[in-house]
Amino acid sequence: MKAARIFWTGFVLHFKNLSASPFMMTTAAIWPLVYATLAFLMFRATHQAPSLLYAALGAAVMGIWSTTATSAGGAIQQQRWWGILEILVAAPTRLILVLAPITVAIAAIGVYSIGSTLLWGRLLFGVPLHVSHPLLFAVSIPAAVLSIGLLGLLLASTFVLYRSASHLSQALEYPIWTITGMLIPLSLLPGWVGPIAWALAPTWGMRAVRRAAIGGDVGTPLLVCAALSVAYTILAALLLHHFERLARDRATLSLT
Amino acid sequence: MRTWFRIFFIGGVISFRALFSWIRPSVYIPTLLLGPTTQILFFAYLGRTAHLKSDSWFVVGNAVQSASLAALFGMGFAIDGERWTQTLSAVLATPANRAALFLGRALPVLVNAAVVASTGFVGGALLLGFRMPWSSVPTLALLVLLASFACTGLGMLVGAVGLRMRDVPIIANLTMAVLLIFCGVNVPLDKLPHWMHMTAEGLPVTHAIDAARRVAAGASLGSVETPALTELGLGAVYLLVGFMLLRLFELQGRRHGTLDRA
Repeated sequence: MKAARIFWTGFVLHFKNLSASPFMMTTAAIWPLVYATLAFLMFRATHQAPSLLYAALGAAVMGIWSTTATSAGGAIQQQRWWGILEILVAAPTRLILVLAPITVAIAAIGVYSIGSTLLWGRLLFGVPLHVSHPLLFAVSIPAAVLSIGLLGLLLASTFVLYRSASHLSQALEYPIWTITGMLIPLSLLPGWVGPIAWALAPTWGMRAVRRAAIGGDVGTPLLVCAALSVAYTILAALLLHHFERLARDRATLSLT
Repeated sequence: MRTWFRIFFIGGVISFRALFSWIRPSVYIPTLLLGPTTQILFFAYLGRTAHLKSDSWFVVGNAVQSASLAALFGMGFAIDGERWTQTLSAVLATPANRAALFLGRALPVLVNAAVVASTGFVGGALLLGFRMPWSSVPTLALLVLLASFACTGLGMLVGAVGLRMRDVPIIANLTMAVLLIFCGVNVPLDKLPHWMHMTAEGLPVTHAIDAARRVAAGASLGSVETPALTELGLGAVYLLVGFMLLRLFELQGRRHGTLDRA
């Protein structure tokens, strides 16, 4: 119960904080419009492309990953720059409970991208906004956000010792967009990409959101999102514990 | 004249090395050297999804456009970075020739932009089987340099705006987005609405991409003379306007004491 309270308080605090950041809002609300526009223009130019709603939903979830890739990997570095990392590590609360709300809030900022992209598609390109299963659609968005945010937590934990973490994390933006079926069907990619994509939350988050909107089985991707969220949390906890001890031993915690 | 060149070359290089934290390999490689290739892969596969154009078409367009990544952010940070390190007032208080000062900062950015764009071609060749005649390589290199020059000119404009506004990364991001959508990088110009097509004519990269695609298909330098010269002209105009705005905002900043405040 205490852990849930810490998580929720941290999440609300960071969500509000990030919502006031012009950079994050540009990443969350404007960049997805760029990719949505490109996808609309490309798909509209031929008659063999998927539907524009398919493109709109893909671009929207791309926004969730964008904010995560841009900022979650560097979440620890950010605390280091603010000079509070040592205080956070020294606090009696487990570090994962401090870090998880940050990365999930970063992914949640991507929710703005869903609103802006769907509205943009409707107003400028006449994309129909018919959702097959509204209730499941409403459930699949937070499920996608949570699982992608926890993937961000895993990245942040991995990069705790790496000063250039945020840049490496940003470099993952396009690769994850490419291999998780956001705009490109997995069937078009080489076969070896499949197993990698299945281990990534954005694949299943995207599948859940798209199927809830367009039609299809939503239960399986939602369950996989939940399972991956648990797996990411366990892995992140192990990594954080290990790297935190290593950083303390080497006295490198606050070094930028 | 000797001082002018000293400030231009040595000042420019020192400023470049000092201001860019991504000059570290651990940052530079994933961000600037691998970035263009991942962008190319994404759009080439998106093109396959839409059945729009060949992989080579996307390789050339995105590789040339990726020069803007290094040029816009590079020039933006070359100015804004001084404010971050609180050296902007000191730099602008010097009697150094402003042309040498700012153009010196532009040269390493231009070279870096060309290097970044070149990695896109290498990535395209390795991962998507992009091929072109070896005889076309020198002409393509020239076109990449022209695109980098034009983008650096636009970057100078972004840097100048950064003297008046905070959040240079946002301005650079939005400018790059405009180039990505308008300049025929991923959508053929004739498939864009007329007003977007017309806007693209006045933007850097559009003409270089058009020329580069033709050269990659085997065309000679002579046959792409018009778009190449247009790209050069556009770059010169953006550089000049950017430099004039820098001077104007510098004078206004001095007058109102707002250089470090933006």
